[in-house]
Amino acid sequence: MLDLNQVSKSYGGSNGSVRALDGVSLKVKAGEFVVVRGPSGCGKTTLLLTAGGLLAPDQGRVLVGERDVYGLSLEERARLRAETLGFVFQQFHLIPYLTVLENVLAPSLAARSDEAGARADELIARFNLSSRAGHVPAALSTGERQRTALARALLNRPKVLLADEPTGNLDPENASILLGHLAEFARAGGAVLLVTHADAAKEHADRIVQMQEGKIV
Amino acid sequence: MRLWRLIIKEIRLRRLNFALGIASVLVAVGVLTAQFTLLDAHDVRTGQILEKKQADTEAEMARMEDDYRKIMKKLGFNLLLLPEDQRLDDFYAQGFAARDMPEDYVDKLANSGIMTVRHLLPSIEQKIRWPEQGQRAIILAGTRGEVPLAHRDPLEPMMLAVPPGKAVLGHEIWDSLGLKVGNTITLLGRKFEVSRCQPERGTKDDVTIWIDLAEAQQLLGRPGRINAILALKCHCSGADAAQVRSDIAAILPGVQIREVASMVITRAEARDRAAVAAAQAIKAERAHRSHMRREREAFAAWLIPMVTLGAAVWIGLLALANVRERTGEIGILRALGLRSRQIMVVFLARALLMGLAGAVIGYGIGFAVGLLSGDLAADAQTAGALFKPGLLVLVLAAAPLLAALASWPPAMIAARQDPALVLREG
Repeated sequence: MLDLNQVSKSYGGSNGSVRALDGVSLKVKAGEFVVVRGPSGCGKTTLLLTAGGLLAPDQGRVLVGERDVYGLSLEERARLRAETLGFVFQQFHLIPYLTVLENVLAPSLAARSDEAGARADELIARFNLSSRAGHVPAALSTGERQRTALARALLNRPKVLLADEPTGNLDPENASILLGHLAEFARAGGAVLLVTHADAAKEHADRIVQMQEGKIV
Repeated sequence: MRLWRLIIKEIRLRRLNFALGIASVLVAVGVLTAQFTLLDAHDVRTGQILEKKQADTEAEMARMEDDYRKIMKKLGFNLLLLPEDQRLDDFYAQGFAARDMPEDYVDKLANSGIMTVRHLLPSIEQKIRWPEQGQRAIILAGTRGEVPLAHRDPLEPMMLAVPPGKAVLGHEIWDSLGLKVGNTITLLGRKFEVSRCQPERGTKDDVTIWIDLAEAQQLLGRPGRINAILALKCHCSGADAAQVRSDIAAILPGVQIREVASMVITRAEARDRAAVAAAQAIKAERAHRSHMRREREAFAAWLIPMVTLGAAVWIGLLALANVRERTGEIGILRALGLRSRQIMVVFLARALLMGLAGAVIGYGIGFAVGLLSGDLAADAQTAGALFKPGLLVLVLAAAPLLAALASWPPAMIAARQDPALVLREG
């Protein structure tokens, strides 16, 4: 489902170039929950953004399904993200002036669907957010915010879920709940790529990949 | 969910930024509307002033016309009857008629029953050298006074006859020769007693000696001849000089009839001068109002672009601040699959709404300011006269467009923002 082949990415800076990804190859199959672990600055987030079509690599290819992500135009890549990929971030990145329901519905701005409303209601109920559907993010607990972000990521029934330290701001109980939902998504046939340094993810992972200085070791 | 919902909710969250944007559009539209309304009010007021002046002038002219008619009726014309063969250029150059005509013309006229003539004064005049006074030049005038009209009751004569043997002296003559009433002068070998000394008139009368008509005819060797008849205070009911002339010509076909300076003519000329003065006053007022309008136009031509430019810059800065504030939001929207075009729509639609709201409020305020600041009565009728739907449509179309154009560069920045940069930095 997700195939990164010899992907390299460097960042230029005043102190010289930093190689964030160095010939990384990684495949995540449908129904597979892959956890990428490593210390801060090892390139995990760069890997995730590159996989998600948000950061073009210097070398290598990224395939989602059969499609070469960076061979697509910007518009096609945006559509691919809207229809195929879901993102969950450590900082949640909820839109502050929208309610929980509206945040969950936000992906429908990019890929309109007749079932978006029903799907949002279903996700909100599944993630125990029904009583909070009309609240804005500032009124939610961190666990509720992250569940809202996960519900938003799942609205368009993505095939691949990309999660960047989604439990970083959660207590163990909420972290466990979230990881359980990711695992459930994988069991339902989705591909999950989770980058984290949390040990708790090990319990749900089908495969754990270790990164060190931009390489998979 | 639709983009509109996102836009409206964002506006509600960042009300201050949006309100400041509206305020800048409001000021620009308000200034433009107020200026145009003031110019329109000026034009309306100019029309009113000129219309009133025109009406006043017409009323005054009508009054003068009525005066003219009444004066004509009361005073009549002064006509001068000259010999048929008298050249007018000679007459005006010499100051008297050199040719003559029979004296009985005046009697014929007096006995004709003519109703349009009231006073008849026959005379003979000739410029001569006064041999007894060193050949000084004088005008010798013979007069028999006013000839009574057979068909009218006697009127108070306008000019008394000079009795035979008497002489009336012009001012220059008696003054320079030291003569006075009762003195005797010798003229062309005949003695005359001074019966009157005329006051100074500043005309040829000052060098004229009037004597009896028959004596003058005799002295000048032109017995039974006259060279002018003054017909004074001629009138007719229609106040038409042509009618009087026609009546006289029918009786005396062999004479020339000329109108001489009469009060009526003077009054008519005064009326004409008043009409010219009134026209000039209207013209001057029009020029003054036109000058004022040009000054206001020049001010508006400077003010409106400055305010518009200022508003555009301010909107651009507000949009830029909005983009910077929403960096994370833009990043996640891009990650969710929103295209660059949709991101631009989010910002441009916000600007369009800002422009539309500012235009509506600004037009209302600007129109009110223009209405209240002008020198017209601020009532519904004036408001109706000054309301220009075209201007309203213009500002409702142009203000949102201007706001969108000013927001375009920040919107482009937002649309081109790298989402990875935002998301990587958390």
